[in-house]
Amino acid sequence: MSANPASRWGLRFLGLGYLTMLLLIPLVMIFYKTFEEGIGPPLDAVTSPDGLHALKLSLLMVVIAVPLNTVFGIGCALLLVRHKSKLNPVIDAVINLPFAVSPVVIGLSLYLLYGTNGWFAFLGEEGIKILFSVPGMVLASIFVSLPFVVRETVPVLQEIGTDQEQAGQTLGANAWQTFRKITLPSIRWGVAYGVVLTTARVLGEFGAVTIVSGSINGQTQTLPLFVEKQYANFNSTGAYGASLVLALLALITLFAMNLLKRKEDA
Amino acid sequence: MGISVEGANKSFGDFQALSDVSIEVPDGSLTALLGPSGSGKSTLLRAIAGLEDLDSGQVTINGDDATRKPPQQRGVGFVFQHYAAFKHMTVYDNVAFGLKIRKWKKPETSNRVHELLQLVQLDGLAGRFPSQLSGGQRQRMALARALAVEPQVLLLDEPFGALDAKVRKDLRTWLRRLHEEMHVTTIFVTHDQEEAMDVAGQLVVMNEGRVEQSGTADDLYEHPANEFVMSFVGEVNQLGDHFVRPHDMEVVLDPDDRTQEGMVQRIVTLGFEVRVELVLSDGTEVWAQLTRNELQRLELREGQIAYLRPIQAKSFNGGSPSNPQGASTPLGTQDGGDAGLPAAV
Repeated sequence: MSANPASRWGLRFLGLGYLTMLLLIPLVMIFYKTFEEGIGPPLDAVTSPDGLHALKLSLLMVVIAVPLNTVFGIGCALLLVRHKSKLNPVIDAVINLPFAVSPVVIGLSLYLLYGTNGWFAFLGEEGIKILFSVPGMVLASIFVSLPFVVRETVPVLQEIGTDQEQAGQTLGANAWQTFRKITLPSIRWGVAYGVVLTTARVLGEFGAVTIVSGSINGQTQTLPLFVEKQYANFNSTGAYGASLVLALLALITLFAMNLLKRKEDA
Repeated sequence: MGISVEGANKSFGDFQALSDVSIEVPDGSLTALLGPSGSGKSTLLRAIAGLEDLDSGQVTINGDDATRKPPQQRGVGFVFQHYAAFKHMTVYDNVAFGLKIRKWKKPETSNRVHELLQLVQLDGLAGRFPSQLSGGQRQRMALARALAVEPQVLLLDEPFGALDAKVRKDLRTWLRRLHEEMHVTTIFVTHDQEEAMDVAGQLVVMNEGRVEQSGTADDLYEHPANEFVMSFVGEVNQLGDHFVRPHDMEVVLDPDDRTQEGMVQRIVTLGFEVRVELVLSDGTEVWAQLTRNELQRLELREGQIAYLRPIQAKSFNGGSPSNPQGASTPLGTQDGGDAGLPAAV
């Protein structure tokens, strides 16, 4: 960094200005617009049966997709870092697919697979409904948020190295004890960050879920879909209100992690 | 009893880390594995601990074949160069780790941990985290952790490698005393010959995945098996195919038939010891180790012509397979001939 105070302040101003223009102002606008006509209209929209159902469904997605992706993510990261194999680059590339592929494409691919002429169409004939119902939405949510825990855990695993784990082994710890008492506590902040990102992604997912859910009011609508429906129906106050709920949920997740971390450091 | 490794081979891809290595470590001894980096000493230590699988060969610990046993069942305590402290645990929990795994009861664990922390002089720091300790303290904590489970053997992988010179020296002395008290069979890896000679009763010199020689510090210094050992365990000058230690070089002002002419290039005073660097007529650079008194008596100056008389030299080629210890030639007692330094170096 330059020691010149003028350029230092200039850089700060530039950075903050950029963030303000791109992130802060739009968010503040939503906040402002939501309460432009008082707290009544947005509250009514959010607490309407459809609104509440959307909130519940969004939370359900989080409750199912996040734990699954966390367990899978940790396992996958361990495989990639601790067990060198020639397949690793392939696995690594496949894990990145959800980042590379547009969510709409992911939704479409699920639609093709489970739709009327898809390979798994027989599931529907057996009475197991995937498309236009919760299972399909869960699948889409898992798909789009899959890489986060892996991506956040891999570098931490690489950084801690194998010394501590090997020390544990020489002290008699078996594989599970080594993982539980040494590896997991060492990588927990990487995992936690991955969990936060996964949660945010699942809460905010729109493209893939739209296609597989059909966005049926009060049935297969998550909060982002509800926002979009409200907006399309010219109920912008409702849309803003629901958006605000989404933003709050994300903030709560971040805050919870910070709280945990602070407790840990104390 | 003790530890024995027989015919150990290990390669990493194209790199042969160990080739047909066999060592014997007597029960209760303190043995150093000494060698430059890449000589296979750490790989050998890790193979004894079970942290590395051998391609072939056998590891025996106190009479039991341990070759196929996982590290958990070998009864080894292992100390890593970079401490491998459990960063998320306090000093107490680090030391108690092995005991908790063995399901010791709380009061017994507490007694044992405090006993060990006293031994490594860390009592009072039990509640600290590793990040709040100095390097030396961390390494002592790691040692206490390894000793807590009463291992049959203690293995230390360059334990002082990451510490500064002063702390290294202190820990060295301390480790030697600890071993005298505990008598647990100990192997430690180092690339520092002074450290090895200071701490260990027995040394194993390794190079390029092979054992070059093993023996006591005196054995290796006085009777090195080859050029590598001779130059690794101490300073050495090469004169033709003879090797002379700097303290076996006499500097005189009058030539005779056993001396060689050289010009004094540099005189370095290192306290009591003086290092006189000379260049011979053929360009060979050598140095002699003198005492301060000798230097004053000779009144040497840089740029001056002086004469070198090797008191004792060794030669390893000339292929005398009957004498693998190397031909030791006390030059001072022989008259010229082939035992003297080749006149035309």
